[in-house]
Amino acid sequence: MSAATTGPSGWKRALLLVPFAIFFFLPLYAMADFSTRTPTGQGRTLQGWRNLVADDTLYSAILISLGLAVLTVALMLLLLVPTMIWVRLRAPWATRIIEFLCLLPLTIPALVIVVGMRDVYLWVTWIFGDSALTLAFVYTVLVLPYAYRAIDGSLSSIDVKTLSEAARSLGAGWGTTIMRVVVPNIWSGILSAAFISIAVVLGEYTIASLAGYQNLQVVIVAIGKADGMTAVAASLATLLFGFVLLLVLSVVTGRRPDSPTAPEPATEGSTP
Amino acid sequence: MSDRQGVSVDLNNLTRVYGSMRALDGFTLQIEPGEMVALLGPSGCGKTTALRILAGLDEPTSGSVSVAGKDLTSVPANKRDMGMVFQAYSLFPHMTVRDNVAFGLKLRGVDTAKRRARADAMLELVGLAVHADKYAHQLSGGQQQRVALARALAIEPSVLLLDEPLSALDAKVRVQLRDEIRRVQLEVGTTTLFVTHDQEEALAVADRVGVMSQGKLEQLAPPAVLYAEPATPFVAEFVGLNNKIPAAVVNGQAEVFGVRVPALAGSVEGAGTAMVRPETVTLTADEHGTATVASVAFLGPISRVHVTQPDGSIVTAQLASSTARAFAVGDRVRLGVEGAALLVV
Repeated sequence: MSAATTGPSGWKRALLLVPFAIFFFLPLYAMADFSTRTPTGQGRTLQGWRNLVADDTLYSAILISLGLAVLTVALMLLLLVPTMIWVRLRAPWATRIIEFLCLLPLTIPALVIVVGMRDVYLWVTWIFGDSALTLAFVYTVLVLPYAYRAIDGSLSSIDVKTLSEAARSLGAGWGTTIMRVVVPNIWSGILSAAFISIAVVLGEYTIASLAGYQNLQVVIVAIGKADGMTAVAASLATLLFGFVLLLVLSVVTGRRPDSPTAPEPATEGSTP
Repeated sequence: MSDRQGVSVDLNNLTRVYGSMRALDGFTLQIEPGEMVALLGPSGCGKTTALRILAGLDEPTSGSVSVAGKDLTSVPANKRDMGMVFQAYSLFPHMTVRDNVAFGLKLRGVDTAKRRARADAMLELVGLAVHADKYAHQLSGGQQQRVALARALAIEPSVLLLDEPLSALDAKVRVQLRDEIRRVQLEVGTTTLFVTHDQEEALAVADRVGVMSQGKLEQLAPPAVLYAEPATPFVAEFVGLNNKIPAAVVNGQAEVFGVRVPALAGSVEGAGTAMVRPETVTLTADEHGTATVASVAFLGPISRVHVTQPDGSIVTAQLASSTARAFAVGDRVRLGVEGAALLVV
């Protein structure tokens, strides 16, 4: 019986998965193939991959992009998590305003953002120095739409107000309530927001290029003009890093008790 | 279970205004040490607002809150030493049942062994010790509310606050848990404020019941007194069923269905409307009677007989089912009233 019911759905699944797998993995295979070719087309070499750490400019750009990812995630979480929790608890009237502000960057072209931030960045560079890491501020704004959606989804799945009030009535201050009660229950949303932000930052080219900073994508494009294999190796490495992050995300969030994949039925027993 | 004695609670002249709405309007309530008081009233009457102000989760526009003689009006919720069970399920989903119960103790710096022992003792008290390692989503609604009760009591609160903790449960579980809450409350002796809109719940568990309407306390009395001697028309109408029968009051005696019964304090003098409980209405089979049986509703041990009067008005009589069996639709009957005094308004 069960085989009869699972058989057709298994076939359907396979029918869908195969073309999707080809669609996604064929370009990756092509990238891996191209990045390991020799310039003459004879044989294979890993020189392009070795250049990821051997090429000082590329290595430095990788470090800058990773640093930007870390800073952006930290700033985004510091800005967004307390704000969104506070709005839910104490200022629900501000929900629409915060949502509008967070989604606004989606509607503004990168070129406009760069032009608009020029004056602000005069102050930023005066205070923090002329480092590519200062891009973290504008990237924090850039990732707000994605991060907002991820965290908002998690917050909507729990009764923040009641949980907070329960914690407060048991003696928890606001800090303890947020860190020990709310955050652990929106952990999957926080992880999603963080990983999506990392993916956005690692793939960002336009703003860094227009602002004149050398992040990974800017350097990949520059290298690609002279050394296609190394540029493609760096692009593939970035993509694979993103895939690994998403894989970790699905594994970690799938195991948490707040989002059970197959919750046990409530035990009635002899007690109500 | 606990050596701790209950404390007194004083809510003095509380007012809470939200925009143009007065949720509380000069609300005053004193709860004796160890007493369980139920606040009863329709939605929007201010009962939950009063409880939340006592918990420190809301602030009064004016008035004061004192516990054991100490003014707590401006003390934040986390410093008030009160345990609370909410209407919505409030267990922390990422913690086991035991960790939930021990949460308040952990915040108070109680060491792990004592915390665990206390949590297990509380779970034993509510009959859920075997579920200590489960998560909230593995428990039924009734079990979750029992754990919430154990968690609230684990910190040995000075006051226990119950905000409609049974309203999300089905009828059978509600009755079981209601009795269990009362048993536990008597066992630990904690002063308790229980908010509910279910009159049966309030009358069954509380030492005294306060009926609220439009932000004010209409009457505060033991359940039996509240039921038998309602102080206002609102209380008479809200608690239990009532027939509204034309009556005349002369020298403190009300005449209803031709029978004279004492009128309660607060009744009008002269013509008015008597609030007559269905269980005080008597029916006598009489072929010359002016009333006619319209329907008989069987409710297990009791039945409700609806009788039509000559003017078309309906009177409900509540009789033992064995007695009601003697009446059938269309029978001629004579109405009477017996027992308690009546409120005539």
